[in-house]
Amino acid sequence: MAELNAYITEERIDGADDGPLAGKTVAVKDNISTEGVATTCGSKMLEGYVPPYDATVVERLKDAGATINGKANMDEFGMGTTTETSHFGATLNPVDTDRVPGGSSGGSAAAVAAGEADLALGSDTGGSVRAPAAFCGVVGIKPTYGLVSRYGLVAYANSLEQIGPIAPTVEAAAGLLDVIAGSDPRDATTVDEGDDSNYAAAADGDVDGMTIGVPVELVEGADEGVVETFWDAIDELEDQGAEYVEVSMPSVEKAVAAYYVIAMSEASSNLARFDGTRYGLNAVEAGDYDDLSEAGNWNEAFATAREEGFGPEVKRRILLGTFALSAGYHDRYYGKAQDARAWIKQDFDESLDEADVLASPTMPVPPFELGEGLEDPRTMYLADANTVPVNLADLPAISVPAGEADGLPVGLQFIGPKYGEETIVRAASALE
Amino acid sequence: MSDGDEPAVSADEVRRVADLARVDLNDEEVEQFAEQFEAVLADFETLDEVPEVESEPDLVNVMRADEIEDGLTQEEALSNASETEDGYFKGPRVS
Repeated sequence: MAELNAYITEERIDGADDGPLAGKTVAVKDNISTEGVATTCGSKMLEGYVPPYDATVVERLKDAGATINGKANMDEFGMGTTTETSHFGATLNPVDTDRVPGGSSGGSAAAVAAGEADLALGSDTGGSVRAPAAFCGVVGIKPTYGLVSRYGLVAYANSLEQIGPIAPTVEAAAGLLDVIAGSDPRDATTVDEGDDSNYAAAADGDVDGMTIGVPVELVEGADEGVVETFWDAIDELEDQGAEYVEVSMPSVEKAVAAYYVIAMSEASSNLARFDGTRYGLNAVEAGDYDDLSEAGNWNEAFATAREEGFGPEVKRRILLGTFALSAGYHDRYYGKAQDARAWIKQDFDESLDEADVLASPTMPVPPFELGEGLEDPRTMYLADANTVPVNLADLPAISVPAGEADGLPVGLQFIGPKYGEETIVRAASALE
Repeated sequence: MSDGDEPAVSADEVRRVADLARVDLNDEEVEQFAEQFEAVLADFETLDEVPEVESEPDLVNVMRADEIEDGLTQEEALSNASETEDGYFKGPRVS
């Protein structure tokens, strides 16, 4: 098999001698801090950055006996759906090496799909765990907001993102979530609903009597082969005793726009910290100066470091976010996006009153060919249509392989109510 | 996603925002971004159609006692800085 480029750094970090993950290798996305091991976020800005501390999830992996076998490749700062915006080159999809693995946690999903790691951690801001899981034919979970600590996760859009597991099976993904979930005094947004969880036990495949709602808006417009595979999977669940109902969620038509306004605005603020002073590419290196005194005043020096350190997609999102928050535009874009977020939450609440779980294709399209999407950022943004509503509503979701279309993997997404991880795990396990 | 009512984005506008964000751009990037931003901002404009929704966000202040704990050592905190002096970060001049 061709070299997939699934890792940015291949370095072994040993965990405790025993525990639920003893003997398992785990690839960790390169935006999750590992003490003493480079953490680059796929960016030239952080090339060579070595965190002096572990993320909470890394401590929990080590305590559970896992061996971390490397830092997985990703879209730069998580900004992309293909893993092609990485400064360290694209990752190839092990199912078809002419295609992308999805993103932004593409290295994590590719490593698991190729058997280069038993399990992996990704992070999901708008689909970045579920999209690569779907494209690589593996399982990925985006937990309820607050279930997993973000301490040590390099922030892109705090109000949306969660660290989530990627694994070959639903039970293994749920088991990894059991290890990382739970409250953390270092992340004040964490909740205690995940303490002492046993999500793995819910992977019993028992969907008899379960009501599955399908939001029509998330199926319309998807690729024909994807839609066909999706309905075949719903038929299979009905055969197993599940009941299917159609639900309508008009708000999701605004989800992509609302998501990008919020994510880009938060990114413009979060990424302001990268000025090359405390860490990251410095103005002296960036501008090829002999000394800091040649780099100009701090505005000039920071702008030099940031021009050289950030790639085009990151610059695009920082600028659009800065624009959306700037005087005269804040109410029109950011304020309206918050209204849309509330509307989407309300639609989910109503739909989840009618059904135990909601289902849609994870991605409306099959895996892109390498290079296909980089030219037109807007087309890439629209590919996130089915995943971003979940982040805006803070809900849990899982992507599970549903079959193939034209020989390529199709992922099915189950969305649950807040802290409904067991329900989505149970539903997903019925498709294995 | 939108009709012809798109906000035109000028090169000057892109330069102004890049200046606010402290990101230098070359002329080619300015031109490319101006073109791409027009399509993305047209999508953002469609949020104008979003209805007002009664929502009570379940936000709470999270407080904790202000207790002294071990943090990073000065050496660890400085370990990733390329410019330091006498145990401090060294930044560019202010003006």
